[in-house]
Amino acid sequence: MVLATLGSILADPWRDPLTRRALAEAVLLAIAGGAIGCWIVFYNLAYSAESLAHALLPGLVVAALAGLPLLLGGAAGLVLAALGVALAARVPAIGRDTGVAVVVTTLFGLGALLALSSASPPGLQGILFGDILGVSNTDLALAGGLVVVVLGALGALHGRLVLVGFDRSNARALGVSPVLVDAALLVLVAVVLLVAVQGLGNLLVVAVLIAPAASARLLARRLAPMMAAAAAIAVAGVVGGLYLSFYAGTAAGASIAAVLVGLYALAGASSAMRARGPSRPQSAQEP
Amino acid sequence: MTRVRVEGLAAGYGGAPVLRDVAFELRGGDRVGLLGPNGGGKTTLFRVLLGELRPLAGTVEAPGRIGVVPQTERSRLDFPVSALDVALMGAVSRLPWWRRPGRAERGAAREALTAVGLAAEADATFGDLSGGQRQRVLVARALVQDASVVLLDEPFTGMDAASAERLEALLRRLAAEGRALLIATHDVDQARGWDRVLCVNGRQVAFGPPGDVLTREVLQATYGGAIVEIPGGGAVLPAHHHHDHAAG
Repeated sequence: MVLATLGSILADPWRDPLTRRALAEAVLLAIAGGAIGCWIVFYNLAYSAESLAHALLPGLVVAALAGLPLLLGGAAGLVLAALGVALAARVPAIGRDTGVAVVVTTLFGLGALLALSSASPPGLQGILFGDILGVSNTDLALAGGLVVVVLGALGALHGRLVLVGFDRSNARALGVSPVLVDAALLVLVAVVLLVAVQGLGNLLVVAVLIAPAASARLLARRLAPMMAAAAAIAVAGVVGGLYLSFYAGTAAGASIAAVLVGLYALAGASSAMRARGPSRPQSAQEP
Repeated sequence: MTRVRVEGLAAGYGGAPVLRDVAFELRGGDRVGLLGPNGGGKTTLFRVLLGELRPLAGTVEAPGRIGVVPQTERSRLDFPVSALDVALMGAVSRLPWWRRPGRAERGAAREALTAVGLAAEADATFGDLSGGQRQRVLVARALVQDASVVLLDEPFTGMDAASAERLEALLRRLAAEGRALLIATHDVDQARGWDRVLCVNGRQVAFGPPGDVLTREVLQATYGGAIVEIPGGGAVLPAHHHHDHAAG
């Protein structure tokens, strides 16, 4: 009796093909986002990832207004943002961070202006907050392809990513160009954002990239388990978020972000408790 | 056998050279101490030898691979890698970018860790090792790289006597196997025990066997007239104190 009730509580949200597709899409994006998120954390790219996600807004909006594929608009938006950031970084008087902030707020503002004009069709909200319940089979295929590409590329580049992340200043002496590794990682991050932004939304996509990796960082002591843990936490977060959304009637993207942040808080608390216990080996550091 | 030959070298970062008139030779089997004040050009010389910085003038000939044992930075301690992972980094550039290290590379990395006396710590987290052990892991990385020249950046800093003695023995063995070692240090006394000494302070002050080179005049020209750093505490003393200490 209890089991049957529990079973129906667990199964109810997925009776609709719409929610089943949403679940599949979210899980695929979570796997890709969790894995690459670890490198975003180690390469201090959280701000860049957030900036890129926001900066591609005008491209998405223009594509939505013109009835073009969002992927195309997002890609154009990314190129525009990259050019803008590259130009702003060349102005010597302002720092790189400031340059990025100026370009990103300009582009995000432009996107918001277009999105909020009276001519804009309904559904632009989906661009900002995601439209996970509206994913098509094409979107699903795209997300599947994304997982293959991201995991394949991270696997192939693993040794070089580890080397530059561990010892950037001596990477060249070890025969690896940090500039090339950085560029490869940024391109991967851009591709993930481009595909994930449609399901998870311009404002919330970064939650799937950063929160699971930050949680896994607290729990794992090696890179491969950390990436697996990040992907697992991301999957748990999106599944939990979709349940929350179903039963609490909240927006899907926002619910996913909320659950992911909750999981991070749990990981932080558990890590703090272990640190206070006597069993953790002291980090050996000379005075 | 000459491993590195430097002639008429000047190097800097856009403005005036921060290091000039450098000419020396590293031969297989040599342990060479690199002495100089902070900002005297030791790091710049390393960067030129590693190919990270192009010389403003002069030539650097180094036919073999050059490995480096850097000082430990905070970011490295936090990175979730094992000692074996770090040693394996020496093999990365030998592989095409799509290939992951295989059994051969892992074997070479374990062998190198054994050579530095850390076979048992292969799976330990790098950041959990002691300072001396971390230095030896980075030496193992240079061995995996098959480096015929190894540059060490103040490898003895903050190390207790037992760890220092173990590292000193390892360096002796690496040199005996035909490698050339260039060891940046603040410890003048320790450099006296090595084969050659290179003193820099914006320019090359002296190069040669420690017995010939480490005179009071050279040390004053290297560290400035008034004060010198003394080994161990990083404290500074007037030069005449140091001279007494060094002579004793």
